[in-house]
Amino acid sequence: MPFKTLNIALADDDQDDRLLFKEAIEEIKIKTKLSLFKNGQELMDYLTLPNIILPEIVFLDLNMPIKNGMQCLSEIRNHDKLKDLLVAIYSTSSSEEDIEETFVNGANIYINKPNSFGSLKKAIEKALQLNWQYHTSSLNRDNFLLRL
Amino acid sequence: MRVYVKFDFNKTCKTVLREQLDTLGIEYVIHGVGEVEFERPPTLLEMQKMANNLDRYGIEIMDDQQIALVQRIKDAISEWVHEEENPKKYNFSTYLSEKLDYSYTYLSSLFSETTYSSIENFIILKKIDYVKSLIINSEHTLTEIAYKLNYSSVAHLSAQFKKTTGLTPSSFQKIIQKRKERALMQ
Repeated sequence: MPFKTLNIALADDDQDDRLLFKEAIEEIKIKTKLSLFKNGQELMDYLTLPNIILPEIVFLDLNMPIKNGMQCLSEIRNHDKLKDLLVAIYSTSSSEEDIEETFVNGANIYINKPNSFGSLKKAIEKALQLNWQYHTSSLNRDNFLLRL
Repeated sequence: MRVYVKFDFNKTCKTVLREQLDTLGIEYVIHGVGEVEFERPPTLLEMQKMANNLDRYGIEIMDDQQIALVQRIKDAISEWVHEEENPKKYNFSTYLSEKLDYSYTYLSSLFSETTYSSIENFIILKKIDYVKSLIINSEHTLTEIAYKLNYSSVAHLSAQFKKTTGLTPSSFQKIIQKRKERALMQ
């Protein structure tokens, strides 16, 4: 099989949410290696380390202490080494304005934190599958927007 | 001033490929987009040189024949989706198996095993990708786009767009428009 392991990063200040995400991603059939961060600053410190293997997707919670998801998103999009990363916002906010604002700022995926484990698993799986298609096929990544 | 350009990817790829193959000095024929037949087998050194030259353009020589076949399925899907002149008289499965000379059942199961997607899903993805570029690059209305891509109605197109991206075509358009405006301000 040509499948390789996908590197994923998640920044979320809520410990339960991190744990749930970890369990969900372990249950789907796409092989992943997950790195967890407690806030945006920790994530950005990691991403800007020299010589690291960059993750294929970064999942960002919006409301985090020290550095929130929106700040991370702008920093990623304005950073030469990071600007092409695929960014998924993972948040409880379902306000249309928030969602539009994250897309305009360069997010590729917006996932409304689902309220059940099953739908969380489904949402992550769909995001990873679509990401895979964008990595392996000639689809235009500039236009990759997905709302779940 | 900003100038927007539009690509004919098929033509771009073939031209680059031809330019690079010409430097090798071996007679060749390009079959479709992704298959090259050489008059004599290239030496290992020539293969390496070719791989290096093509790598700069993001073109990769595939060593696994199954992956190569999956790539040809994807190319055929692209061609099918972008084809305008030829009205889709017959269905995709006939088109594909005739083009690649394998049974559709075989191609379809190979595709599902290696891509995390079925052929049917990939066609939808490719179509929506095309719809997106049309929404962004051209003056077409959604009705015209629906007609161009053989959707039975605008409603059908909108529903498939929403299902695939989670967004309506108009909110997608709004987001891309705002991104452009923001980029211009910077």
